[in-house]
Amino acid sequence: MTTADGAIGTGPSAGRLRADRLVGLVGRVRELGLLVALAVLVAAVTAREPRFLSLNNARTILLAVSILAVVAVGQTLVVLTRNVDLSVASIVGVTAFVAGDLFKQNPGLSVPLVVALACLLGLALGALNGALVTLGRVPAIVATLGTLYVYRGVAFWIAGGEQITVADVPQGYRDIAMTRLFGVPNPILIAAAVAVVAAYLLRTSPVGRQLYAIGGNPEAARLAGIRSDRLVFGAFAVCGLLCGLAGVLWGSRFGRIDARAASGYELQVVAAVVVGGVNIFGGVGTVLGAVLGAVVLGTVANALTILRFSPFWLQAISGLAILVAVTLDLLITRRVGRALVARRNR
Amino acid sequence: MDHVAGQPGTPVVELVGVAKRFGAVQALRGVDLALFPGEVHALVGENGAGKSTLVKMLAGVHRPDLGEVRIDGAAVSLGGPLEARDRGIAVIHQHPTLFPDLDVAENVFMGRQPRDRFGRVAWRTMYREVDGLLASLGVRIDVRGPVRGLAVADQQLVEIAKALSLNARVLVMDEPTASLSAREVDRLFAIVRRLRERGVALLFVSHRLEEIFALCDRITVFRDGAHVVTAPTSELTPESTIRQMVGRRLEALFPKEPAEIGEVVLRVRGLTRTGVFRDIGFDLRRGEILGLFGLVGAGRTEVARVLFGADRVDAGEVWVDGAAVAIDSPTTALRHGIGYVPEDRHGQGLVLDFPIGANVTLPILPRLGRRGLLDRGRERALAGEYAQRLQVKASGLDQAASALSGGNQQKVVLGKWLATEPKVLILDEPTRGIDVGTKAEVHRIVSRLAARGMAILLISSELPEVLAMSDRVLVMHEGRLTGTFDRGAADQERVMVAATGQAAAGAVAPQPPAPSIGGGVLSGSLPVGDR
Repeated sequence: MTTADGAIGTGPSAGRLRADRLVGLVGRVRELGLLVALAVLVAAVTAREPRFLSLNNARTILLAVSILAVVAVGQTLVVLTRNVDLSVASIVGVTAFVAGDLFKQNPGLSVPLVVALACLLGLALGALNGALVTLGRVPAIVATLGTLYVYRGVAFWIAGGEQITVADVPQGYRDIAMTRLFGVPNPILIAAAVAVVAAYLLRTSPVGRQLYAIGGNPEAARLAGIRSDRLVFGAFAVCGLLCGLAGVLWGSRFGRIDARAASGYELQVVAAVVVGGVNIFGGVGTVLGAVLGAVVLGTVANALTILRFSPFWLQAISGLAILVAVTLDLLITRRVGRALVARRNR
Repeated sequence: MDHVAGQPGTPVVELVGVAKRFGAVQALRGVDLALFPGEVHALVGENGAGKSTLVKMLAGVHRPDLGEVRIDGAAVSLGGPLEARDRGIAVIHQHPTLFPDLDVAENVFMGRQPRDRFGRVAWRTMYREVDGLLASLGVRIDVRGPVRGLAVADQQLVEIAKALSLNARVLVMDEPTASLSAREVDRLFAIVRRLRERGVALLFVSHRLEEIFALCDRITVFRDGAHVVTAPTSELTPESTIRQMVGRRLEALFPKEPAEIGEVVLRVRGLTRTGVFRDIGFDLRRGEILGLFGLVGAGRTEVARVLFGADRVDAGEVWVDGAAVAIDSPTTALRHGIGYVPEDRHGQGLVLDFPIGANVTLPILPRLGRRGLLDRGRERALAGEYAQRLQVKASGLDQAASALSGGNQQKVVLGKWLATEPKVLILDEPTRGIDVGTKAEVHRIVSRLAARGMAILLISSELPEVLAMSDRVLVMHEGRLTGTFDRGAADQERVMVAATGQAAAGAVAPQPPAPSIGGGVLSGSLPVGDR
């Protein structure tokens, strides 16, 4: 603040400063609110079932959401630009299957090569989405709904009813997801690394700022000389790349893969992103929020299982979590908006 | 023709001492206006004279802060558009607001379709009635066809039919002829006369004086939100009307610094965007403030957007520092050193969720990168520098842009473009809607920028501002340049004559738009840009 306070006009009053801090806090409150909700959830479930609060169970939950988190990071990049990628689960499925199939058809293929190919395939499929949206001017929700089916169809076509089993892939491939480092399962570490890098770049790179600007005010972004189309294309491509990585983790972790792998997963991804406070209309939200959203959803699922609720409840309660999160988000945004207007008119 | 102007009797609708304020802007200052049955009443005035506010008040969109609206002599409160409609007031906008995918008859009866005894929409009745309404106007439009694809003129007729179906007694037409061809205007006038004979009171808001003098019975002139005169058309001439519109005002408000005018930085020839503007050409020099004046809809913003690469161009050539350039996007414009402060701060200028600092540095982010990462220290220093230079009043660079006052938001937008260090800065209505104090500050800033050698294209709807700030003034009327005036030669009346397209008929002829330096003959039909 030193630069600013010195630089900018007259000094503000103490009350105004406090109000500004409050508004600044509310800007981050979405993540804070999620943490509070998570704590309440954990406390409530622990009261009923003490086994819930354990290192072991925490590891279980994080492992369960790690792949979700990787895809949610990619989805966040897309959603920030006022778009959405509904084809993420299909990309995860097709890359998971293709990676397994490569090993099956060519035993002895190097693991890093296959991982790279799977990631490249994801990148290409994401780039195709991006091309449809930016060059074809197809609304993202329509374009990626189309590719959701097309990519899945490709998976079925390649699979031809076949399955990949644990025996088809080398141990080195299985090790990617099945080993631990200092007691932490690899997928958790990988997801954390992806999230940290993405969060860092979004905050600190010019491109990150431009992504927010595109979602926040597309016209102002265009007039500021930002090449929106390139960046949106890039967001879709990177999202595809992360889906490819998630596909590798999926194949490595579950071993047995058929063409239906990760079917319907896209809705969980969108749910995680939205619950995490990323505005579905773009411009607002963080990677941290999206990852927390995934953790919250995973914790709810785990709690329901431990409390022996029927799995049918799981979907309804996840849905409820989405509604609560989005409604709260809207209420807060409106409240803050009103406060700002009131302050301006003072 | 039974002429009611000035006759005693009860006006259908009357505004008495009506005032309205929006933030820092006093849009109407206690105006009176009475509309009698069977008269066509013209409302004229410069941009910002308060015409639109008055129209919106009659439409029930705005309520007066002071004064009252009377209908048939009794004070009423128009709570909303629906109430205005129910009281017999209909407004036809320049751009009709219809449902493009519904058919003509549905548009006329939207929300109040005739029903049969089972409560279903009585389609036949509806089509028959709308057919009858249009026939009574003497026009043929397919009532079963969708509105999409109808010419603007026909869409207006659909609006008029809607007004008639509501038994409107007052018809307000806001710039109805702006996008009409000469034949369509004739047809509209015939309809207006027919409605007048039926006893409808018509308020005709327009910039086109020749049309007003051909059609209207009385003329009311507004200036700066105040009523200047109401008189029968026979007692006025286009010249005297223009004099009333511009009036005489203080011009010592703007401290224009002397600037040394240098070589040509931006040269434009034959710039054309089909249907919007054509054959625009001018030179802009270092240190010069070139005013671009015109009435609303003259095409000034459109020219600016094309120069900045925000819209496509159909023909014309542009040179920057003597080199021909193809500006196909704002990115290219920025690269050539052109900056554009848009008219619409919220929609185009700011990312409201962003803090001040991030807004200022948005166009130059790539330049602030260091190995792909943002140099935060440099960013803050730069944003702080511009915020200080422009005296932005805020608690800090981290304050959200949405929390600032209009004037301070405008300073942030200005700072954002100054940070790109442009050679040419296009300012589109830089002082609209900001308070007087900030306005003077903006003028000081602009003047100082010119003094330091920046070339400035100043678009403004405020004639005194343009005249006080500019070294030269270009005037546009309906998409064409109709005058160029040097600082000494520009006065309000001459500029307004050019802006209303009265140049041929007017008493003063504007100077020919001859560029003073040798431009040679330039073929003006090469497309700019490759898109």
